[in-house]
Amino acid sequence: MSKSSVDDLVEAGSEYHAGFVTDVESETLPPGLDESVVRYISDRKGEPQWLTDWRLEAFAKWQDMREPNWAHVHYPPINFQDISYYSAPKSQTDGPRSLDEVDPELLRTYEKLGIPLHEQAALAGVVPDPAAVGTPAGANVAVDVVFDSVSIATTFKETLAEAGVIFCPISEAVHSHPELVEKYLGSVIPQRDNYYAALNSAVFSDGSFVYIPKGVRCPMELSTYFRINERNTGQFERTLIIADEGSHVSYLEGCTAPMRDENQLHAAVVELVAMGDAEIKYSTVQNWYPGDENGKGGIYNFVTKRGLCAGPRAKISWTQVETGSAITWKYPSVVLRGDDSVGEFYSVALTNNRQQADTGTKMIHMGKNTKSTIVSKGISAGGSENCYRGLVRISPTAQNARNFTQCDSLLIGDQCGAHTFPYIENKNNSATIEHEASTSKVSDDQLFACQQRGIETEQAVSMIVNGFCKEVFRELPMEFAVEAGKLLEVSLEGAVG
Amino acid sequence: MNLLDVSNLHASVATDAGPQPILKGLNLTVKPGEVHAIMGPNGSGKSTLANVLSGRPGYAVDDGEAVLDGRNLLDLEPFERAQIGMFLAFQYPVEIPGVSNMEFLKASIDSLARARGEEQPNTANFMRQVRELAGSLDLDPAFLKRGVNEGFSGGEKKRNEIMQLLLLNPKLALLDETDSGLDIDALKTVADGVNRYRSQSNGVVLITHYQRLLDYIVPDYVHVLSNGQIIESGDKGLALELEAKGYAWLT
Repeated sequence: MSKSSVDDLVEAGSEYHAGFVTDVESETLPPGLDESVVRYISDRKGEPQWLTDWRLEAFAKWQDMREPNWAHVHYPPINFQDISYYSAPKSQTDGPRSLDEVDPELLRTYEKLGIPLHEQAALAGVVPDPAAVGTPAGANVAVDVVFDSVSIATTFKETLAEAGVIFCPISEAVHSHPELVEKYLGSVIPQRDNYYAALNSAVFSDGSFVYIPKGVRCPMELSTYFRINERNTGQFERTLIIADEGSHVSYLEGCTAPMRDENQLHAAVVELVAMGDAEIKYSTVQNWYPGDENGKGGIYNFVTKRGLCAGPRAKISWTQVETGSAITWKYPSVVLRGDDSVGEFYSVALTNNRQQADTGTKMIHMGKNTKSTIVSKGISAGGSENCYRGLVRISPTAQNARNFTQCDSLLIGDQCGAHTFPYIENKNNSATIEHEASTSKVSDDQLFACQQRGIETEQAVSMIVNGFCKEVFRELPMEFAVEAGKLLEVSLEGAVG
Repeated sequence: MNLLDVSNLHASVATDAGPQPILKGLNLTVKPGEVHAIMGPNGSGKSTLANVLSGRPGYAVDDGEAVLDGRNLLDLEPFERAQIGMFLAFQYPVEIPGVSNMEFLKASIDSLARARGEEQPNTANFMRQVRELAGSLDLDPAFLKRGVNEGFSGGEKKRNEIMQLLLLNPKLALLDETDSGLDIDALKTVADGVNRYRSQSNGVVLITHYQRLLDYIVPDYVHVLSNGQIIESGDKGLALELEAKGYAWLT
């Protein structure tokens, strides 16, 4: 009868449904990184001189920097010369002008993943495939799709254009809206911000660009779907979202990659700018390949995400569900510069087998009456390590700032670790800072209580874990919340034998 | 046919010092329609019996067998035992934060329906039925939206167990000290629920310390468990005698 106890459930390998490889001919740079590679990427995209210079400046800074080593993660040194910094499906070389021109093999990839690239299909509501777990599927979502280094399709462009919303690959925005890109690129995350941000600034390939004009409520959810396909490539996407005064946008991001034995690097940068009274809601479901049960392969997810509440009453909300990647190093943050601005961070990070996650947020309070909320749920199973690392900084100017932090850890089995590193720097006496933390286990008693009512073990574990994550899931857009629940179930398959 | 047949059951509990034998050749037969009360001093093996029959981890069966409705219980996983009609009302119901009571009950009733090859009940009807049951046990319907047992009082937890009993309508109900920690009003409510459940087709095994509960749920048989065996059986009169004289005269 011991078969149903928690200890015995922490075995076996989980299944990764998005782990297939797409067979397309690609144009891929040989591994290696020097100035010529940076120039090549810039040239390939026909970038203006200012951007080439900006990249080279970043590259020079990067060469002077060192990899951060303070995170609670362990991995062999990365040889940055072994990585290819540009890969694009060959058929995309001339760039598709419409969906009809996209390589059918690529379209099939996204069909398999459940991403609605056909606008009609998306409107009708596509029935999600099991492989689609963790990816946006459903009606009325405009999608930008990034395959390795390039954006291959953006849907619903016309509908959005009617509302004045710009949603396109950043490589396109460089040409169509250079003044916006030049003004805001690097304005929230400067080139030198950190090692990976500097690297990204030098070699970023593609990503999404969003601009919501003054007073506009974006008529649909915007979504970017990232996929790494090619071997030995890194993905360095760059996303820039600008919400002008009084506007509102909800943005979703999903990621998957094939199963490969070697580790692949993903070093993205996401910058958000919310002007006065604007609101940006950014949701991520991260399902990069986590490696096998022995920790072989998987994505190194070293990502810098930050939002700036530039004006009064601006609001930025990050919601993330992180279940993939061999290593996650990620701290979506908010700089609360405008008075009365609001920052939120809701996170579920699940690690299983040999996965390692060091993730959390930074809330930098500068304006008066600024308010931040942090809710972090870490779930560790197998032999994994899961850390919350968060900084709450109240500047001298942030009169009456408030922060509430809640960090909960859930352990499944006794081979995994959960760690909490909260940093609080308060330079203003009028601030109110609250921190709550808890650690609990999925207990044999809870499992047995479910089983005794006829509920099978796997369903019981997933129900208990979903219950634990409820406060975060309810922040996700509806269609994502369902996917997120299913994704947890899939990711826990290894933990529930 | 007997509903439950336990014969020569030997079982031990895992402890730091190795397995500790608790049940030492226990025999018990329950026929449909019967209520059996099991009484006995602390440490006699009452809760172990409930745990072993329902399959809680941490116990080992060393010998003997237990058959429910023709199926050998001891070969089955805990959820399979539940699916063939075994129900344990917990002595200490656990909290499952974030999983609403309603969601939990639906998962349970759906699992049981699937196991029987039946259709899952219609959600609207199901919710109505649950709300009615909650009302009949003096439970505020708002509690159905709260996490399972999360922040419930002791009495609410026990009434919740009885609500599940009535909803799931199992073949055999094992009640493990359901009366402990209840005030007299809650005790009556719980007893009333168990009496509503009783029928000619199901059986109840009532584990209790006190005769008090048996004033409200009248048993057909009373057994005294001591040192892992049933040493005396009788009717309700035995319980009254125990109340007056204690257990010492038997052991």
